[in-house]
Amino acid sequence: MAPEVVLVTGVSRFLGGHLAARFAADPNVERVLGVDTVPPSRDLLRRMGRAEFVRADIRNPLIAKIISGAGVDTVVHASVTANPPGPTGRTAMKEMNVIGTMQLLAACQKSPRVRKLVVKSTSAVYGSSSRDPAVFTEDMGPKDLPSSGYAKDAVEVEGYVRGFGRRRPDVAVTTLRFTNFIGPRIDTVLTRYFALPVVPTVLGYDARVQLLHSEDALAVLERAATHDLPGVFNVGGDGVLLLSQAIRRAGRLVLPVPSQAVPTVGRLFRGARLVDFSPDQMRFLNWGRVVDTTLLKREFGFTPRWTTQQAFDDYVSGRGLRPLVDPERVAAVERGVLDVAARFR
Amino acid sequence: MIPLHGAGRERTTRPAAEAEDLAAVPDAGEAEHESDRERRLADFTAFLRRRIAGDYRVDEFGFDEDLTDHVLMPPFRALYEKWFRVETIGMHNIPAEGGALLVANHSGTLPLDAVMTAYAVRNEHPAQRHLRMLGADLVFRTPVLGALARKSGQTLACNPDAERLLRSGELVGVWPEGFKGVGKPFKDRYKLQRFGRGGFVSAALNTGVPIVPCSIVGAEEIYPMIGDVKALARLFGFPYFPVTPFFPLLGPLGAVPLPSKWYIEFGEPIRTDVHGEHAADDPMLVFNLTDQVRETVQQTLYRLLTQRKNVFLG
Repeated sequence: MAPEVVLVTGVSRFLGGHLAARFAADPNVERVLGVDTVPPSRDLLRRMGRAEFVRADIRNPLIAKIISGAGVDTVVHASVTANPPGPTGRTAMKEMNVIGTMQLLAACQKSPRVRKLVVKSTSAVYGSSSRDPAVFTEDMGPKDLPSSGYAKDAVEVEGYVRGFGRRRPDVAVTTLRFTNFIGPRIDTVLTRYFALPVVPTVLGYDARVQLLHSEDALAVLERAATHDLPGVFNVGGDGVLLLSQAIRRAGRLVLPVPSQAVPTVGRLFRGARLVDFSPDQMRFLNWGRVVDTTLLKREFGFTPRWTTQQAFDDYVSGRGLRPLVDPERVAAVERGVLDVAARFR
Repeated sequence: MIPLHGAGRERTTRPAAEAEDLAAVPDAGEAEHESDRERRLADFTAFLRRRIAGDYRVDEFGFDEDLTDHVLMPPFRALYEKWFRVETIGMHNIPAEGGALLVANHSGTLPLDAVMTAYAVRNEHPAQRHLRMLGADLVFRTPVLGALARKSGQTLACNPDAERLLRSGELVGVWPEGFKGVGKPFKDRYKLQRFGRGGFVSAALNTGVPIVPCSIVGAEEIYPMIGDVKALARLFGFPYFPVTPFFPLLGPLGAVPLPSKWYIEFGEPIRTDVHGEHAADDPMLVFNLTDQVRETVQQTLYRLLTQRKNVFLG
């Protein structure tokens, strides 16, 4: 059951790197290979222990040699990402996400030893609009296909993965549709967004946000790789935060921006290298997205340890975000008001 | 608690006594009055503190109970009690717990009937239930309104959402006539329009919850719609642009609803758990149930109308 040789893509990033570290710490796993185009940070590399880092581009046919040469039996494709690595990023990100996946799947198809594939996808494949049901189950699709960005990449990636599943029915394919990650250690567009002192939102809209603690994300990926659990699963924490509520919990100030001005403000923040939101992420800020995790709990057998609210609070305290409005101060004002009222009785 | 009168018309003739028991202030001396005011102030400051800290719960549909009870509902109290003097009949037909689907007639140009029904169920039902209403996608597309609708417990009128709410034991309200009902001309008042395509019946069948027919009298007269400017409606993207005797003639004053006297009658629940599994796949059964609910509401409306002597006095 347990994998012998695991290959993890995207190890220079938080999820890939820490996942490789978890496999390296697992004595049942014989060998761990971590692939990425850039080497992980020194700290991450140290955590990865006996996992071997292979500097390779999954867009290159060389990846097939690595997979067959090392006798990889389990592939965890964790490099599909929403966060472009640099200012030039979006085209490169699309290349990496879509072409990289095609090449990787081609390599897996050629290698008869591969018997398990785990793909990190995203709940962004459901899109985000006013005409969607409040909660998405795995059998639903987006109302309109996302026209650009990460969501479109993810839809295409899932399409190729389904194709691979048809051609190699002997391989157990697990597709995991994650909600947005949050946690004290992970770095995403959202964690940078909530750390802004004044957080811009879209005027007149309040998105429902479902989050997943990064440690839960790692645990889910690990479980998918070490058990036979084929299928498509939504992965998200229990419960929901409204965007405005989350910003208040982080002690930030909300800056509602009229929707006409949103693109300009978005460009401003991108230019200042603060937060880089793509158009589909902007839509997410309007309506948000919540997924049903019944399948995850019942069939996949995993219940996230952190709820959305707990995960967010862990992020706030772990990052040491100092609230601009001190809760102690608020409580003191409240006591003062009540005292005054009592005196005037 | 407000007593429920079947045909309690004498109540409107004693406003002083009514105001007293509605305000729920125990009439026992100045000191208690003071402490009540203090308790309310403490309640309010605690609410403000929770809002500033973001310390409240929102369900997966975006329903914010704390906000609904403290901010969104209270402004409608005067409208409900003093302006429309809403009287409810048959509140006991709404189960105290578990899923149920309330199906009502829609009217009034602006959907105040839905707001008043939700207020009635929250404030007059013994279990003080929240009515989770299903709204058109136009509502959720509109900025501010869409966000408020979600916070007040509404969600998009689609089967997945309705069934999810019913399965989790919520009381769901639906107005299947939609815009055809709320935006119909005044001459067609109290004539039910087509009840959608019976989607609400299949939601109830799939979840086995009872359907509670609900008939609302009085809402038709609040904004008598005598015309519809199609060109303006298209321009603004509205389903209709109403012309009433006072709007747009008097401008914003025309937006004041006429003080008609309202009756909301909740009929006997219609069971849906007796048709067996896959009953929702039988279109004939769905049509028949839809017709049954529609007929019940229509007949109740006619009965209430014959009992009503005056639009404004009841």
